Amino acid sequence: MRKKIYMDYAATTPVDPRVVKAILPYFSEKFGNTMSLHFFGQEAKEALEESREVIADLIKAKANEIIFTSSATESNNLALKGIAFANKNKGRHIIISSIEHPCIMESAKWLEKEGFEITRLRVDGYGQVDPDDIKKAIRKDTILVSVMHANNEIGTIEPIEEIGKICREKEVYFHTDAAQSFGKISIDVDKMNIDLLTASSHKMYGPKGAACLFIREGIKIIPLLHGGGHESGLRSSTINLAAIVGFAEACEICKKGIKKESQRLTKLRDKLIKRVLDEIEESYLNGHPKKRLPNNANFWFKFIEGESMVIQLDLLGIAASTGSACSSEKLEPSHVLLAIGLKPQEAHGSLRLSLGRWTKEKEIDYVLEVLPKVIKKLREISPFKKH
Amino acid sequence: MNKIGPYTKKVIEYFKKPHNYGRMKNADGVGKVGNLVCGDVMWLYIKVDKNKKGKEVIKNIKFETFGCVAAIATSSVITDLAKGKTLEEAIKIERQEIVKSLGGLPAIKIHCSVLAASALSEAIYDYFKKKQRKIPRELEEKHQQIEKEKKIISEKYKEWIKLEEKMHQG
Repeated sequence: MRKKIYMDYAATTPVDPRVVKAILPYFSEKFGNTMSLHFFGQEAKEALEESREVIADLIKAKANEIIFTSSATESNNLALKGIAFANKNKGRHIIISSIEHPCIMESAKWLEKEGFEITRLRVDGYGQVDPDDIKKAIRKDTILVSVMHANNEIGTIEPIEEIGKICREKEVYFHTDAAQSFGKISIDVDKMNIDLLTASSHKMYGPKGAACLFIREGIKIIPLLHGGGHESGLRSSTINLAAIVGFAEACEICKKGIKKESQRLTKLRDKLIKRVLDEIEESYLNGHPKKRLPNNANFWFKFIEGESMVIQLDLLGIAASTGSACSSEKLEPSHVLLAIGLKPQEAHGSLRLSLGRWTKEKEIDYVLEVLPKVIKKLREISPFKKH
Repeated sequence: MNKIGPYTKKVIEYFKKPHNYGRMKNADGVGKVGNLVCGDVMWLYIKVDKNKKGKEVIKNIKFETFGCVAAIATSSVITDLAKGKTLEEAIKIERQEIVKSLGGLPAIKIHCSVLAASALSEAIYDYFKKKQRKIPRELEEKHQQIEKEKKIISEKYKEWIKLEEKMHQG
């Protein structure tokens, strides 16, 4: 039988069977609309509020500070646009990093057209923002700083606690996109001075279609979706309860094992990184060697191109990716890899392997067995190989 | 499963087992096309000999490619299509023929077939040049077109470099 090894957990995760079990009653039995007054509605409302508490608890927030959305993209759009338009009287300046997810990059670009001013901060060779740069970039009319917690492509963890501190001192709202880190590394919104935080269900073994935005009490923000006034008026739409219940169950599971799982994955990740760098000539790690997500390994290999690698691995039963799943249709090299200083031709040769709950050591061993062969073969075809 | 990624079975077959790859020593003509920035570079080598009728034919052909699945598959196909053909015939190979041999290519990858066709015509152009022979008009036109596109891409590359510098300055 064909091997099927999933090493693309950063793109999306399978739903944990325990989550599936928790969700099932919410399709036909507990199907009520949370806005209905009758018992079906109230049963649904109760489940919604319980879910809210569970998710709030994972980041040490209050339940009423969690707004459910449909995706991290929506949460990030709400954070940027909602803050921008609610605070435009204070100012029109927003600071982001140059390696944000496309949904932040594109929202910022759109805001620029609407008359807002965007500063995109440079990152170092590991992809880290320098908190000093934030300090220098903040102006009187700055209304928001948005820096992701961990990068989706290269896995680098940003110094958000320091950035949060600076923003708090300067009285500027601080948003962080934690889609990749939520459930994998501990987050404390108070300790880290976070005002807004994006989290997503399908990156942490919950279903697709559920995400949230943490909005600290007292923050001025306006909704993108107007209607029946769900989610404290910040996100009208009938509540997608089954997905949200699943999101909450996924949080419960992550919370219980967060430390142990993180250690297990870090060990596997480090083995993978070390052996690849040791055993494959002209291979390089993208991102920070230590301050990175426990499940992310991202390399670039000289002389070859990423998509050929991904398809070769696919033929051998390994699901990997060149960068982010969203950009695989584009032909331009990744903005993240260019921002950390890779040349376009180097960025074309990148490979992301992201691990998760069901990754076993023997799968890592299999990757280590076949990857050097794949690279050797592609290099034999390449005009740039050494002779 | 009929497709792997966005590719047909035939594309994958060519990609898995490419024909005629590797470097050729003492090639009679070499065509180098593509650009690293875009992520596709093809080098095509030809060896020319005369057939029984005294016409020049592509006796041997090899390729080296840096690029995606489509780039490698189209490189392999062009070598199959060109091998044994007279130079006159080889010049006339169009990208449509390459795409057809592969059972289709995703729209976003059509440029790979253009690249493969260009690599071949550039190799033949190089052969004529080396022999100091008169370049057929058709070939000269193709060469001019490829040169023009090279220029456009290197302009684009400059923009990339500028963008990179901008990012690093913050």
